[in-house]
Parts: sequence; structure tokens; C-alpha cells
Amino acid sequence: MKLAEEFKKSFFVALWFMLLTFPIMVVQVNTIENVVIWRWHNIILSGLGSFLLSFCWQLFLRRKGHSTPAAQASASRLQHLMAEPRLYRPALIILALFALIFPFVFSHYQVNIMTTALIYVMLGLGLNIEVGLAGLLDLGYVAFYAVGAYSYALLNYHFGLGFWTALPVGALLAAFSGILVGFPVLRLRGDYLAIVTLAFAEIIRLVLENWNAFSFGPSGISNIPRPGFFGMALTPEQSAIYMYFLLIVLCLLTIFVIRRLQYSRIGRAWVALREDELACQAMGIDKTKAKLTAFALGATWAGMAGVLFAAKTTFINPASFTFLESAMILAIVVLGGMGSIPGVIIAALALILLPEYLRVFSDYRMILFGAALIMMMIFRPQGILADMRKKYEFHKMKDSRIN
Amino acid sequence: MNYFWDLFLGGITRGSIYALIALGYTMVYGILELINFAHGEIYMIGAFTALIVASVLTMHGLTGVAVLILATIVAVFYAAAYGFSVEKIAYKPLRQAPRLSPLISAIGMSIFLQNYVLLAQTSDFLPFPNLLQDVLLPEAISGWIAPSEFIIIFTAAVLMIGLTLILKFTKMGKAMRAVAQDREMAMLLGINVNRIISRTFIIGSALAAIGGVLIASHVGRINFYIGFGAGIKAFTAAVLGGIGSIPGAMLGGLVLGLTESFATGYISSDYENVFAFALLILILIFKPEGILGRSSQQKV
Amino acid sequence: MDNVLEVKNLTMNFGGIKALDRVSLEIKKNQIVALIGPNGAGKTTLFNCLTGIYTPNAGDIMVQPPQGKARRINGMKINHITELGLARTFQNIRLFGGMTVLENVMIGRHCRTRAGIAGAIFRPNSTRTEENDIVDQSYSILEYIGLTMYVNDLARNLPYGAQRRLEIARALACDPQILLLDEPAAGMNPQETGELEQLIVRLWRERHLSVLLIEHDMKLVMNLAQNIFVLDYGEEIARGTPQEITQNPAVIKAYLGVETNAEIN
Repeated sequence: MKLAEEFKKSFFVALWFMLLTFPIMVVQVNTIENVVIWRWHNIILSGLGSFLLSFCWQLFLRRKGHSTPAAQASASRLQHLMAEPRLYRPALIILALFALIFPFVFSHYQVNIMTTALIYVMLGLGLNIEVGLAGLLDLGYVAFYAVGAYSYALLNYHFGLGFWTALPVGALLAAFSGILVGFPVLRLRGDYLAIVTLAFAEIIRLVLENWNAFSFGPSGISNIPRPGFFGMALTPEQSAIYMYFLLIVLCLLTIFVIRRLQYSRIGRAWVALREDELACQAMGIDKTKAKLTAFALGATWAGMAGVLFAAKTTFINPASFTFLESAMILAIVVLGGMGSIPGVIIAALALILLPEYLRVFSDYRMILFGAALIMMMIFRPQGILADMRKKYEFHKMKDSRIN
Repeated sequence: MNYFWDLFLGGITRGSIYALIALGYTMVYGILELINFAHGEIYMIGAFTALIVASVLTMHGLTGVAVLILATIVAVFYAAAYGFSVEKIAYKPLRQAPRLSPLISAIGMSIFLQNYVLLAQTSDFLPFPNLLQDVLLPEAISGWIAPSEFIIIFTAAVLMIGLTLILKFTKMGKAMRAVAQDREMAMLLGINVNRIISRTFIIGSALAAIGGVLIASHVGRINFYIGFGAGIKAFTAAVLGGIGSIPGAMLGGLVLGLTESFATGYISSDYENVFAFALLILILIFKPEGILGRSSQQKV
Repeated sequence: MDNVLEVKNLTMNFGGIKALDRVSLEIKKNQIVALIGPNGAGKTTLFNCLTGIYTPNAGDIMVQPPQGKARRINGMKINHITELGLARTFQNIRLFGGMTVLENVMIGRHCRTRAGIAGAIFRPNSTRTEENDIVDQSYSILEYIGLTMYVNDLARNLPYGAQRRLEIARALACDPQILLLDEPAAGMNPQETGELEQLIVRLWRERHLSVLLIEHDMKLVMNLAQNIFVLDYGEEIARGTPQEITQNPAVIKAYLGVETNAEIN
């Protein structure tokens, strides 16, 4: 009975979408040759697609409505599996081995792609501090990434600064700009903060694009040196492998630091800030300090990622730092699960590697990101791997804690 | 003097368009406290639909103002339908969700719609047919103002007066204001809140579409990306005037249009968008309630 | 000053409306004081002024910390006031829903601990000990309040009564000398209210806390309070012991026609 009803509903939804998508999907005007192209097959696609989608949509929505706390608990079976040492330890070892031999087994091209993906892992984990832990929706994260990249490029161009000096300098400058952005937005509510950070990032990009004397404008900066390896000259292949391992190490460092932060006094203050700003202050947390540290630390990682990006591509221009880039990093955090480190890593790898290896994805990449953001918010706001709060174990007796 | 007048007129023209789009932001924010990030995309889709209708008709030899009016009607219908659907898909399931969820969903919707048009149409700029060639203004003003500018300012003014009257005097307008004031109370009084929200989206989208068509025929070309910039600027206008306030959105639009016009005219045109964004940041930081908005005390 | 909290001529305006009009109030050390009055009388507004959420337009709020001189706290930041020893609960429960019960209490320890970013990352011995202390102290507070069975549950999944008690536990973790409770019994059944009453008595007797209580449950107020202040339309209309308040004609008049009138006698 219910099925028939849903069928009917999906049918009407499909009709509605066929009407809705008609002008954009069917009609195409070619103004150069003055002809109209009618792509009638698209309307059938749109109808079938929306019928199926609507059907699944209702199914998921019904499931979500029915799910009890017990069902939700079983839904996190994956997490329980992951928390089982007998399972995750061997898995981690295999993963580590794979990471170790990867650059020697796969081609130069693939190592490069993996390096890019690892840069996004860093970016995702960094933004995760701001959005996932502290609940500060930063839509201009790419600005800090740009600060890092341009600090390396410009410091190298003007003063010949090397990669290893530029890495901490870029991170520091980004942290500093994080505080600069953070200060004025302290008083703002969540959604206003999002817009202001977006505006800040756009201003930075526009300045980079137009202030030729400073940033060389849209043509960007080229010939940025790759990182040196104890003064040895490396071939591009060797250098790519070097970059890859460098990123593996830095990602591990990032994971270590963020894990420690997450379960510290500061990390708890961030989560409290995310959960309820006013109650958090009433419990004696300095909101200003908590927000600024979140901004600064989040930006630090973007800065480092920026330096690495500049060193990897050896060329940067403002086009790499658009709003879409921010949106993509945000998508990584949202999809992965706000606050969840493994979730963010998986999402970053998936979002960067899938379009590379499945060509079908690459054209539809952004549209799928958009759709994914909506769907995740509606059906699985906690992300693919939800953040699990730390459990403390106590014996029946007081003061004999195990953990 | 002439240069000044041109900049002034350009500013008012731009500002009228910003105001039309800003009305959608402000009405939705008033009711849902949500920045409808996809609103700029609705404006873009309105402009695109009008361009498709107008181009098809001109290729069949039809031209003139009548074509523009017809294209506008179709565009308004489609933008309203998109606005309605966007709300049902991306926002309605998230009424009870934490505040940031619908905002993220809105960002997703914006990216989705942009790329939908990019994939289904083209990434290139498309020319909008010039349908206002044979419009002649009375001699008294024709030396002062171009026909398309006149039409934009005139239409925007009429629409804004109309909207104000609707909100003030019709039953639906009263219900809208009631929902904006206190959604739960309005529900208890028997107002169908979901229907009011839908209508808000429909009206806002229709206004944005008209703005889209007007600017497309004025500037003469559009692409899939015009919604992003226009959206942020219109949002700036809404915040400038005081978000949630209808006259505020109109005033904010005009102020922003004039600021931009004079800043680009007298300072530098390279930084056109920087002025708008900087204005947005300054307002949000120093006077977040805007020019006409009332400051709200946090409820505890 | 043997008062731990002194409010003098406090005035708070919202636009043209006077939410508080020259309100004065004192709390002595280890005293339970109740603040009553009809809905909209300005009780929560007073709480919000005391805890720094609102900055009052006029008047003084003086706090006597355990050590040192009395401090005027008007306009002070919310977290500084908490550090001076005022901790509160909220009328509409405001727990950190996505955190566990233990973590909620651990947040309360924030302003009494010091570890910073470097401490978190390098985790030296000092941070380790501090962190262990936070966990131990939070756990013993949960034991004290009787919430240990929920220790690792998310706060949002707790039953209503337990959420109310967790709010008190969280406030206790701030080491307050004055506890401000905003309608702690709201929505509780008689048994839960009874337990709450016992808890407040224990806090007063065993932890020597001063308590400022907003409550509509007159039985609870009359059983607990040593001193009562009555607000109506932002003004103080009466003050005194429970006996004096029940016989005060102004109070009876303010409550007349309101159903709580029955409860007051």
C-alpha cells in the first residue's frame, strides 16, 4: 500500500522535474550559428533520474524517521569494528606497508596525485579544527592556504628563502592571518561568520589578482623550487617521491597533534563552544581565546599545506584559491564527519582520488559535491564516520581509573 | 558633472537590481533565519531561462519588447518553481536541525545549481538579444538616461512598491509578517507555516528572476557564474539595510550600488568586488543590525 | 562585607521597557535565598545581569570572593564572573548535547585548570596530572549528584530529570561559592523535586554553598529558602523570611488571580 503511494508520489515528482529541467536541459541555443538544438533525450533522463531519486529519497527519509536510538547504535557498527584492536591493528599495518611501497610500485603520475590527495588530507584536518571541533563555519579557509603558498613563493623570489625555512614561516604567517580574521568576527553568529570569512577570502584573492606589483597578478609566480634534500639535486621523479614521503610524515604529525588537541582541555573547550556558545562562557571558558586559538591552529595547517602546494606544483596563481576550493575542503570535512579524524582522511582521499581514477566522475565532480553536501546534511549529518566521544572507564571503586 | 551623473545613474541601476535580489534574502532570513546561499543561483537560472526563450524567439524572427516581456514571464515562472523546489528539497527536511546544517545544505545547493547549468548549457558567456532597440523614451528624459536603465529603475520601483503593499495589506502579507515575528505562535494561531515559507521562496525567487532578466538585457551577456557575485552583493545589500527588513533591503541595494559605482569610477575599477566585500565585513563587524534593522537581544 | 553577593539599585532597560528597576538583594555566606515572582517579573533578567550575559544600565553588583577584596562585576565578561565563583544553571536546559555526561562536567573544571596548546600537544607530566585530576574530580561530582550510571552517555540522550541534575553537576565543577539555579524543578515530578530539595540541602550543609534560587514551586521555596525576595514588574515588592512573605499583602496581591496563589498559603 505504502509502496503504491510512494510510486505515485515519485511519478509526480518526476513530472515536475521534467517540467523544471526543460529549458536548461533540453534547449540549447547556439548563438554563433544561430540555431537551436533540442536535446529531447535529456528530458527522459531527467524524468527517470528524478523518479528513482525521489523513490530512494522517500525510502531514506522514512528510514531516518523510524530509526530509534538502538538502531542508531547498530548503525555505528563500522565504528565498533574500527575500535576493535584485533581488527584495526593489522589493518593499520597493511595500510602503512601500502603507503611505504606505494611510490615504488606506482607511476610518477600516480605518486603526484596521491601527494595532492595528502595535501587535502592536511587541509581537511586543519579545517576540521575550525568547523568540526569549534563549530566555526569558515568559508574562506582557502585564504590561509593562499597565505602559505604565496609566503613561500614570494619569500623565495625576493629573498631566496628555502623550503625548510618557508614551511614554519608560512605556517606562522597563516596563523597570524587566522588571528587577524578571527578578531573582527569574534562577536558574529555562526552564519554571519561564514559570510565574513568568505568575503575575507575573496578580498585576498582579488588583491592577489590585481596587485601586480606585489603578487604578479593573474600570471602568478613560477619556478618555485622543490624542497631540497640535504643539498642533493633530485630528478623530478625522485623529487615527487620525496614530496610524497614528506607529506606522509606531515600528515602523521598532523593526526598526532590534532588527536592530542581534541582530547585536551582546549579541545573540549572548542567542542563546548560548538555545542552552546553561551553555556560554554557561563562555564568559565574564554570565548575569545577559544575562537582565536581555533582559527590560528586551523590556519596554521592551511599555511603549511600552502607551502607544500607551492613546492609541489612549482607554480602558483590566484586561480588556485577560489571559493570552490574552500567549498571542496568544507565538503571533505562535512562528508567525513565533523570532528572525526579518520572520517576526514577517508573523505579527502575519496574526493580527490575518485575523480582522478574514474573519469566519469571528473566532469560531474562539483555537481556531485553539491549534491553530497545536501544529502549528508539531510540523511547523515554526522558524516560517514561520526566523531565518537572518548569513553572513560571507571571501576566501581572511586579513583581507580583504567583509562 | 556629466561623469558624476553617469556614475550616479549607473549606481542606482545596479542598486535597483541588488535590491530586487536582496529582497529574497531578507524575506527568507526574516522567516527562517537562514542565508539562502542558493538565491544567487535562482537569479542566474532566471536570467538563463529568459535568455533561452528570447534567443529561440529572435531566431524565429520575433523581436521587440513583447519578446522580453514573454521571456520575463517564463523566467519568473521557472525561477519561482526552482525556488519552491529548492526549499522543499534542501531546507524543509532541516527545520529542526542545528543552525549550520541548512546553511551547509544551501552551499551545496548553490554549487549544485551552478554546475547543473554549466553542464547542461555552457561555461561560455552567452549574448542576450537586444530587445530594447526600438524603445524610445520621451525627449524630455532621453538625453539623461538610457532606455534600459530607465526600465530597470522603473520596474524595480514598481515591484518594490507592490511588494510593500502586499505585505502590508493582504492576508498573505500579514501571515508572512506574523511567521517572521514568531513562527510557533503563528502556527498556534492556525497559519500554515509551511505554505507561508513556500510562498516566501516563490516571491523572492520571482523578484530575483526579474532582476536577472533586467540585468541580462542591460549588460547583454551572462554565464553560469553570475549568480555567485550577484548573490554575495545582494546579501551585502540586505545586511547593509538590516537583514529581515524589506525597506532596508531596498535602501541597502541602492547604497551598495552607489558606493560601488562611485568607488570604481573615482578610485579603481580593478577592485570593484573588493569594495562590496569590504563594505560587507565592515557592516557585519560594526553595525550588524544594519541601517534599518533593529538590534536583537539574545534570548536566554 | 559578610555578604557574598550584594546587588544595589540594579536597573536594566530593554528599549523603553524597564525589566529591572532599582532592584537590591543580598546573599550571605552559606545562605539559601529564593527569588520569586510572577512570570515576566524580571527574575531571569536579574540572573543574566548577575552572570554577565547582560550589562545592567545602572546599579552595582558586588561579589566577595573567598580571598581578597569585594569586586564590582557589572559589565565583566561572563567567564570572569564564573571564575569569581558564580556558577549558574539555565531555565531551558543548555547542556553540551554532543558531549558525554563526564565531559560536560569536565568543561566545568576549565576555569580552574591551566593547560594550554603546548601542554596539549607535548603532554608533559604537569598536564597529565592536571588531566587526571579533572577526570577524577568530575567523576566524584557525578557520584555526589548520583549520575555515574550515565557517565559515558551523550548528554542529549539523558532523561529530563537527569539533565537538570547534570546542569547542577556542571555548575558545581566550576568550584562556585554561589550557585544560581534558574527554575531547577521546572517540569519535575514530585519525587524528582524531593530529590532535588535534598540535593540543595546537602550542597548547603556539606559544601557550604550559597544558593540563589529562582523557582515557581512554592513548597520547594518555602522548605529551602532562608530569605526570599519577591519581584514584580521589575521591582522588588517584598523581602523576608518565608513566614513574612506568605503574610505579605503585596505578595498576595501580585499573585492573586494567578493559580500559584493557592500554593503560596
